[in-house]
Amino acid sequence: MADEYFTEDHEYIRVEGDTGIVGITNHAQDQLGDVVFVEVPEVGRTVAKGDAAAVVESVKAASDIYAPVAGEVTEVNGEIEANPAMVNEDAEGAAWFFKLKIADKADLSALMDRKAYDAFVAENT
Amino acid sequence: MRYLPLQAADREAMLAAIGVAGIDDLFIDVPADKLLAEPPELPLGKSEMEVERELGRLVAQNVSASSVPFFVGCGAYKHHVPATVDHLIQRSEFLTSYTPYQPEISQGTLQVLFEFQTQVARLTGMDVANASMYDGSTAAGEAVLMAHRLTKRSKAVLSGGLHPHYVAVIETLSRHGGATVDAIPADPGESEDLAAHIDDETSCVVVQYPGVFGDIRDLAPIAEAAHAKGALLVVAVTEIVALGALRSPGEMGADIVTAEGQSIGNGLNFGGPYVGLFATRQKFVRQMPGRLCGETVDADGKRGFVLTLSTREQHIRRDKATSNICTNSGLCALAFTIHLSLLGEAGLRRLAEVNHANAVTLAGMLEKVRGVELLTDAFFNEFTVRLDANAENTVDALAKRGVLAGVPMSRLLPARRDLRDLLVIASTEVNTDGDRTAFVEALEEIL
Amino acid sequence: MSMNTEGRPTRPTAAVGETPFETFTGNRGLDHEEPLLFERHANAETTGVDLPKAKTVKPRLGGLERDEPIRLPGLTEPETMRHYVRLSRKNYAIDSGLYPLGSCTMKHNPRLNERMARLPGFGDVHPLQPQSTVQGALAVMQSLSGYLLELTGMASVALSPKAGAHGELCGMLAIKAAIEARGESRSVVLVPESAHGTNPATAAFMGYGVRSIRARDNGTVAPEAVRDALDDDVAAIMLTNPNTCGLFEPDVVAIADVVHEAGAYFYCDGANFNAIVGKVRPGDLGVDAMHINLHKTFSTPHGGGGPGSGPVVLSDALARFAPVPYVLRDGQRFRIVEDEVAAEEQGNAPLGRLTAFHGQMGMFVRALTYMLSHGCDGMRQASEDAVLAANYVRAGLRDLFTQPFGDRPCMHEVLFDDAFLKGTGVSTLDFAKAMIDEGYHPMTMYFPLVVHGAMLIEPTESETRDSLDLFIATLRHLAEEAKAGNTALFEGAPRLAPLRRLDETRAARQPRLVYTTPEDPREAAE
Repeated sequence: MADEYFTEDHEYIRVEGDTGIVGITNHAQDQLGDVVFVEVPEVGRTVAKGDAAAVVESVKAASDIYAPVAGEVTEVNGEIEANPAMVNEDAEGAAWFFKLKIADKADLSALMDRKAYDAFVAENT
Repeated sequence: MRYLPLQAADREAMLAAIGVAGIDDLFIDVPADKLLAEPPELPLGKSEMEVERELGRLVAQNVSASSVPFFVGCGAYKHHVPATVDHLIQRSEFLTSYTPYQPEISQGTLQVLFEFQTQVARLTGMDVANASMYDGSTAAGEAVLMAHRLTKRSKAVLSGGLHPHYVAVIETLSRHGGATVDAIPADPGESEDLAAHIDDETSCVVVQYPGVFGDIRDLAPIAEAAHAKGALLVVAVTEIVALGALRSPGEMGADIVTAEGQSIGNGLNFGGPYVGLFATRQKFVRQMPGRLCGETVDADGKRGFVLTLSTREQHIRRDKATSNICTNSGLCALAFTIHLSLLGEAGLRRLAEVNHANAVTLAGMLEKVRGVELLTDAFFNEFTVRLDANAENTVDALAKRGVLAGVPMSRLLPARRDLRDLLVIASTEVNTDGDRTAFVEALEEIL
Repeated sequence: MSMNTEGRPTRPTAAVGETPFETFTGNRGLDHEEPLLFERHANAETTGVDLPKAKTVKPRLGGLERDEPIRLPGLTEPETMRHYVRLSRKNYAIDSGLYPLGSCTMKHNPRLNERMARLPGFGDVHPLQPQSTVQGALAVMQSLSGYLLELTGMASVALSPKAGAHGELCGMLAIKAAIEARGESRSVVLVPESAHGTNPATAAFMGYGVRSIRARDNGTVAPEAVRDALDDDVAAIMLTNPNTCGLFEPDVVAIADVVHEAGAYFYCDGANFNAIVGKVRPGDLGVDAMHINLHKTFSTPHGGGGPGSGPVVLSDALARFAPVPYVLRDGQRFRIVEDEVAAEEQGNAPLGRLTAFHGQMGMFVRALTYMLSHGCDGMRQASEDAVLAANYVRAGLRDLFTQPFGDRPCMHEVLFDDAFLKGTGVSTLDFAKAMIDEGYHPMTMYFPLVVHGAMLIEPTESETRDSLDLFIATLRHLAEEAKAGNTALFEGAPRLAPLRRLDETRAARQPRLVYTTPEDPREAAE
């Protein structure tokens, strides 16, 4: 059973063992509007927590996606590069951006769980 | 005042509606000691007649290209622009409209830009082109920056045949952007070995086609040499009409082609406004600077055009933009498109043929003058001669005899004593037999 | 009487309220459908330019003749006129209506400007002709410089930048050069959150880190906020004044002082200069560099997106770093200094060269014509009228629209946010599209970013009171419709423009940037 964590910048990280699957939340895709382009990082890249790791673009906005925790990029999602609309359709499922080998799982404790994230979104809308 | 519709009664009524006593009540945030009590010390407004008279005095001191035998080139060229072009660009809806950010009421501008992009891509032999840049030199500068982004390297190699102003622009951008430039010194002979300068740190090689001395060279071997080291070939074209006769840079392996489009649709205008052309391969589209116009449909399914891929640009990416550019050269691009539509392929090829033939004829006549040596073997409409005299003094002497004979290389490279006897001469379709004869006879008198 | 039997009806007899119908051509009266150049019936020989026969010569093209077809369609002159005239009619323009685009200054483009720019002695001279043959052109550049310096109270002006953003680059490069000349290196630039995107883009291009400054609740920048953000690593602040919210920065002098005390420079974005020409001089406020948009403040035409011209005025501290080329007076004559070595011999330290040749001479002539026509009195009156018109619009809308910083005097543009639309289901975008059907180009929308659903309206000095009254009444009508819940009006807008709303998502997801046909190999590659 995977654990889900969320950042205040609307990224999620779904943890399976030592791997974290990173994407943007459903709320984020809704705010962005139609996604037209995504940029995923290079496999093998090392990222620190908070590094700009990927980019998601709608027609009128471009947003950086930050690494929720430090780690090494092990896999990237080619499907969303070919079909950016997927991010709008299934942001928290099939439209993940990249997978990370998590450097230190203790970093996850600084993130929100689903309940806290939902409350955060409600407060800030 | 003829441009200000509000009358005194209007102003009074408006101030009352706003609820203030006087206009300076609206300038309330300006520190009192900084608000000027009087208008600036400049002349009062003038009638149209008076303005025409005043500017007429200044304009009379200039010698226009049409009034004398004219052979000046080096990056800007005197061509005949058909009357239709100037008439159409003065239509209100083209002249006084803004950037097409509201596409429903800007399809005129947008469709023209789409046609322009297509024309530029086909002319240069590339996949895509943008909606124009300020001019050829800044386009070349932006191409170098794009090559740095694409290759993640920061050294540009510049051919010695690149226009010295273009070299200076690229050097200025590089100096302050933290990149380096290897600018090969200009050499009218064809002894430059570009491949030797390309290494694993090179992001791009920039070659002008034809070169600043007018020479034409095959770019395919240079493309190969660049690609072998993971670098890109950027080709800068200063005389776009040349592509009506010469193989396109795209065909020869260029990765980015930039050009000065002034020769088509736009007059000399003492240096501006001009129009930069920028074209590249499909795979590089997202790193291309400048505006882009794309095809789409409207809510009723009708075909239309919009500005697109805007997320590269400053108003969205802000500090991560591909460049800080905001404007394109809209009206000049329109003039280019209209003129090129009038020419069509057949007209452009014919125009290029006439240009080349005129240049070849002139070169043949000048070669026979004692003290003149033709240095350029293959050329389009511009070539370089070595004189038995200082070229700048010769040009001044010819000007006194009513001939504007070309550009002395010392004008562009004043520090190069070894180039002081070189004169670059352009010859376009506007030159007549009379022009050529006048040039030759005047030159014979001087040398 | 003799009977003339050629009479025919002279009053409409068709029933009023007929539903619109589809025409055979797709045309709608005077609004014509016009295909792309490349979609017309192709004949490779068609051309609208007659040329003399080329002389017979032995070609000297080095064997690099173009043998592949270029595939550029040609049109005769009548076809060309019709194609482009029909396209032009699909555009809104200043000449057709009020263009309330905030920060763009869509004022009337005087036609005398066009006549002057086209005089052969201005339009038909080459930048590299011997200088003795272009003294009049150099005189125009000197004259324009003189006007700009007097209007801004600054020491020197760089004329060569080709547009506003290019001017920003010039000004910031001069600042960088000045700091380096002191033997220092600084890596941060302060930029208010409300700034135009070109500001941080320019700073970032030069390798500066951007430190954002928040505005106060009243929409302006506090000197304390600037002081807090300053340290000895800050090279400059980039401040727009009047700012992008249409307000004059009341503490601009204090901000300039605090910036200078820290050894940094004040770059002013001059996009909104139209509010203060002849009323305030940026040089008196402590500005070190300011770009001027000749295509905004000085009426050179927008041309559907360009060309612009962005000369930069510089303070004493920065004057010697101006780029080449520049024009000098040499006794009775004018001289243009084109290379860095010659500039250095005069004691200058040019930052380099920003463009080939000398700058946008065509725009210099137009702007100078404007300045000569208006004079000092006319230019001052124009600024006052611009500010008056914007405040008149504010007064006419303030009870229905919401102003993010409260109802207070604005400069030449008035800023509203979308709070007044809350709960109506109508967005700023929808509102703007409904304006199109009413015959108006929408105002600037969603800029500045610091305000939600921003609507920035700049009427300029070129409107009559009747025109402003109708504009105000129309916006009031639309606001009332929105508040009354008539969302259908807005959702379907525009209905009467040549096209309805366009699918920008599709344009970005499936970019088609050039015309391709089924036979085109490039199409297969996509």
